[in-house]
Amino acid sequence: MSDVVEKTLTALPGLLSLDSQPGSNKLSSSSKLGNLIRGITELTSKHEEEKLIQRELTSIKEQVSSPNTSMRQMKELMVRAIYCEMLGYEASFSYIHAIKLAQQGTALEKRVGYLAVSLFLNESHELLLLLVNTVLKDLQSTNLIEVCMALTVVGQMFPKDMIPAILPLVEEKLNHPKEIIRRKAVLALYKFYLIAPNQVQHIHNKFRKALCDKDPGVMTASLHIYLQLIEENPEGYKDLTTSFVTILKQVVGGKLPMDFNYHSVPAPWLQIQLLRILCLLGKNDQSTSEIMYEVLDESLRRAEINHNITYAILFECVKCIYTIHPKSELLEKAAKCIGNFVLSSKINLKYLGLKALTYVVQQDPKLALQHQMTIIECLDHPDLIIKRETLELLFRITNAQNVTVIVDKMLEFLRINKDDYTTIDLVGKVAELAEKYAPDNEWFIETMSTVFSVGGDTMQPDIPNSFLKLLSEGFDSVEEDRKLRLFAVDSYVSLLQGEPGKLPQRFLQVISWVLGEYSCLRADLEVDTVLRLLAKLLDMKTTSSETKSWVLMAMTKLCEGGAGVSVARGVYETYSSSLDTVLRQRAQELQHLSQDPELRARVLPRHTGLEPLEVDSSLSFLDGFVSEALAAGAAPYKPPHQRQEELAQAKALSLEPYGLSLPLSMSSCSITDRQSPTLLSISSGLSGNSNDLSHKGGLRLDGVKRVWGREGYLAQREPAEESAHVEVPSTLRSPSQQGVADGSHSQTPTHTPTPEPELEKQQLASSLFVGLGSHSSVCLMGKSEPTPQRFRRKARSPASSSGASENVSHSLVSPPITVDTLMCNNLLDSHITSEPDVSPLEQTPPLSLGLAAANGSCDEELPDSDVKGSSPSLIGDDALVAADPAPHEEPPKDLLLSSYLPAELSGLSHSEITPLSSDQSLDLSACHVHKEGDLVLVVFIYNSSDSDIQQILLELDSEELEVSCECDGAVGGARGHSVAVCQYSLSVKRPSVHVELVGTVSYQFPVGTPQSGQFSYKLPLSSFIRPLTLSTEEYGTMWLDFSHDTKQNLTLISDDPEPLAASLSVLKKKLQLHVVEIIGMEGIVACRLLQDQPCLMHCRLHAGTLAVWLRSPVPDLPDCLMYFCQRALQEH
Amino acid sequence: MIKSILIFNNHGKPRLIRFYQYFAEDMQQQIIREIFHLVSKRDDNVCNFLEGGSLIGGSDYKLIYRHYATLYFVFCVDSSESELGILDLIQVFVETLDKCFENVCELDLIFHMDKVHYILQEVVMGGMVLETNMNDIVAQVELQNRMEKSEGGLSAAPARAVSAVKNMNLPEMPRNINIGDINIKVPSLSPF
Repeated sequence: MSDVVEKTLTALPGLLSLDSQPGSNKLSSSSKLGNLIRGITELTSKHEEEKLIQRELTSIKEQVSSPNTSMRQMKELMVRAIYCEMLGYEASFSYIHAIKLAQQGTALEKRVGYLAVSLFLNESHELLLLLVNTVLKDLQSTNLIEVCMALTVVGQMFPKDMIPAILPLVEEKLNHPKEIIRRKAVLALYKFYLIAPNQVQHIHNKFRKALCDKDPGVMTASLHIYLQLIEENPEGYKDLTTSFVTILKQVVGGKLPMDFNYHSVPAPWLQIQLLRILCLLGKNDQSTSEIMYEVLDESLRRAEINHNITYAILFECVKCIYTIHPKSELLEKAAKCIGNFVLSSKINLKYLGLKALTYVVQQDPKLALQHQMTIIECLDHPDLIIKRETLELLFRITNAQNVTVIVDKMLEFLRINKDDYTTIDLVGKVAELAEKYAPDNEWFIETMSTVFSVGGDTMQPDIPNSFLKLLSEGFDSVEEDRKLRLFAVDSYVSLLQGEPGKLPQRFLQVISWVLGEYSCLRADLEVDTVLRLLAKLLDMKTTSSETKSWVLMAMTKLCEGGAGVSVARGVYETYSSSLDTVLRQRAQELQHLSQDPELRARVLPRHTGLEPLEVDSSLSFLDGFVSEALAAGAAPYKPPHQRQEELAQAKALSLEPYGLSLPLSMSSCSITDRQSPTLLSISSGLSGNSNDLSHKGGLRLDGVKRVWGREGYLAQREPAEESAHVEVPSTLRSPSQQGVADGSHSQTPTHTPTPEPELEKQQLASSLFVGLGSHSSVCLMGKSEPTPQRFRRKARSPASSSGASENVSHSLVSPPITVDTLMCNNLLDSHITSEPDVSPLEQTPPLSLGLAAANGSCDEELPDSDVKGSSPSLIGDDALVAADPAPHEEPPKDLLLSSYLPAELSGLSHSEITPLSSDQSLDLSACHVHKEGDLVLVVFIYNSSDSDIQQILLELDSEELEVSCECDGAVGGARGHSVAVCQYSLSVKRPSVHVELVGTVSYQFPVGTPQSGQFSYKLPLSSFIRPLTLSTEEYGTMWLDFSHDTKQNLTLISDDPEPLAASLSVLKKKLQLHVVEIIGMEGIVACRLLQDQPCLMHCRLHAGTLAVWLRSPVPDLPDCLMYFCQRALQEH
Repeated sequence: MIKSILIFNNHGKPRLIRFYQYFAEDMQQQIIREIFHLVSKRDDNVCNFLEGGSLIGGSDYKLIYRHYATLYFVFCVDSSESELGILDLIQVFVETLDKCFENVCELDLIFHMDKVHYILQEVVMGGMVLETNMNDIVAQVELQNRMEKSEGGLSAAPARAVSAVKNMNLPEMPRNINIGDINIKVPSLSPF
């Protein structure tokens, strides 16, 4: 009743005012706003607009505070206030009136009030508290619209502290008969969860109820909550996987009412949401992933209609498929789908295609190869966003061979890019790549110079820092260090002689530091000249005072002798009265040190850059604290650049496929050594903690376990870790060298019939994607080589000089008999392969003809063993098939293969020689030989044909084993009816009862197509067990240290008077264990797993059985050994 | 989550701004300026996605926009939203506006900013997509409008007011509101 009265009363003034104004109230209100708008649009300057709005605001202010203003007028005033706020003018006086309007108005006015409140205020605004009661009242209203409005404003913002006051009411709304109310209540609860997760913990089962709501709309709303919850804790919601799958199945199957269709796609947004949830649930979880394979397949199949929104679904599908546990069939379809995106003429789809490629490229580099021409086109795309995305993709496939081209492209982009944000990001990436893969000094210095000048003063400060650190710490070879520094000095001197005014401050700082530190290396460079150049910097107006202090520091280091003193005096006179205290300080230092050479020599010792000063810049005194924190579960420190990188990954990519990557070890996350740039000149001599850089440089590839082989993701996946890395002179290298990297090459295939631009693109393609096939193994090599390899060439220089680096070690390197996938996929071959007039080929073995012809100057490439080509496994499937079932002779039984055992192995015990594979011309057999400190695998290759085979390439790989080749270099070939032998040293990476090697052999006859075959070789872990001789005391101390153990009761050899001794001697004989001591009923035994992994055994007679307890630092080793012990005793 | 929704015209004049994440007033204006700057430079034949600028949260954020005649509709979202999904949501929103205003134009958005907000509230609530079905959105908005009619019985029919505004002779009107093609053209439904 009172309500009605109130309404009438509030309406009254409105009626009155209506009477007083001719015409429609509505129109007049519109025209008031209209007047304002019209007024604004007439204005020409910002200033006038400001004046007009201020006037308007004053008038609004007057009216809102006048007691005679009706609610209806208030409503209109509020809209005007909103308008002013939208234009950026504050109307804070109206906030309280907005709340009043929401409190007191009729439903319609309330709506404006709520709107104004939600636009004006934020969650922490104090006035919001005044709204709580209104919301409470409205939530209880019988008017649906009022309830809706209240829920809407709650979903928009609500003071955190007041949530408990309205929570019960909102919860109650979950049972409301109206679907829209339930839906809004769910979203409001989600909002509560976001701002105060603790407060809604008790209603998780209500979320589940919402998920099961009969109305799909409410269910959809609840997915927002689940997406969030699952993201935070995927483990907690695995049980819902089936439900989500069922829902998705129904949606995809068109079980929803037609209303939910959008362009005849059933509830696309719902599908997207569900796919995202599934993606989170299936990540790193095979069994959960298996539940969703079917529905994913169906989603892919059903999304046929060629509409934007179906692509949205497809995109999510693809992402999901690549994130969850892999299934080859689905991956194939997904790859095809990515192709559709990439090749689409629609620019948005292309963008997403690139995103998807970036997402998957590390798991499946083949995919990037397939689309290389499209990627090239995207590089030249007029849309910067597409370009940027393409560079992102290239960044992820960069390796030592294509780095120059890719960095070139990036720098090119940086020069036209205007967006600071992108610049900062990209500059960081270029610096990272340059550090990691720089092919030579000149390139590195030049690239970094460009980075500094393009990146300017916006770039991350750790880029110049780490650059300087790199210079000062140097790397392997002293000579190289010197050259690098010398080159830096040269190039900076010439820069300063140019127009230093144009260089950014950061760069000038770097330059002055380098000159100060290393210009003495250049003997013919007068100190004078350098000092003068530096002094010129001081005189420039644009130089900041920070830079000036760097320059002064550099001068302090340099000023010696007469000229130095006079320059120093001049500078001192200028800066000793500077207002900047730091500059004054530096000028003082300069003055004093230049006059006192002895003191100077002590303060700034030359050539002792690497001796540690007593400044603990690594903060090692905090180590204890940090390790405690880490032990307590704190996240390891990450440099800002990496953090940003990871954020970027999170948005599109997880580069970490299934299988946990190894947790960062303590050493790799040790405290980093960041110094502010100004400090650097002092602290540069510190023996910095080199982990930090290398860690940062170590692109996220390290530690990422490889799940897919390069064949893709197939069941016959080829465990690529530590895979034999074959160095094959890649044919692709040549176009890159000729065309791009080294334009002066004489043999540039200009004579090819291909049109110029097309050819350019192809050359670009080949240089960009060179080495990509083997790329993943390159990264994985990082594991075997010590990761801290900040500079590629560090390893390169010895490698190229000695000819065989560790990378080549176990491959039977040979001239190119492999057909590179790149070549197979590449359009290149179709154009160039049949190029006839290539003369210098006569020397090359005829079998490489096809390839040699392809690049025109193969002879140039052959000796270059440093090229990492793609490894033989990249050979197309057809080749494998071709080699497979052909009829063949029986392996040469009569041939005594064992006589081919290398002399040094012949005396040792070896296993039976087992045939591995054979085809019409090659028979492979192998055995393993037990050496004391080693296990050697010997592979016999018998050429049963009449003709000679010149090149045989053998590649071995294993998940459990580390394989390294003992024969250094190429087992060139095998003459007709003869045997070639190669040896591999094996050691165990991961113990397993049986370990298996997978291998590929590929070869080619002088005439004919390349052949290849696969084989596998299995051997028991016991072959790797050797006795470990130690004393009982040593045994005692070791026993306590080992963390992995297993216990079991084994059968005893009971028919012996001394059952324990007899059992142990059996074990000793069969498994080569070392019996340390037998004391009464107990015995201790020790052994080691090659190379040096101990395992200790403790045996005790117990109730007629042998209680065995095994301990080792290696996981799984005790279990495996237990198995062998058990078998040994049973067999006896 | 959707972080903000901005509508501005070809000259960068804001027509509707809605932030679902708190930014101070002057920051909001800066963001609008930056986004306008980013978006207006782009041709119509480039992609509709932009990586977030430095102001609105960095690399985790994306701008997804559509350009209709005189207006830009920009959604700023984080990584939990699907790009193409949002792109179609903008389309749904614009189609809904078109249905509610009968051939919507920039002027509708100016003079009925509040209404546009109400419609938007039915599409996106607190940064979450609430409803994507155009008919349901329209129904919900109409429900509210009916309330308006029944309550404001004395005032003239809003429709008449709208047409009055639309037909207003605005000779002095906007150099920068282009009356020529003021209608937001709802493009045919495969708007790529």
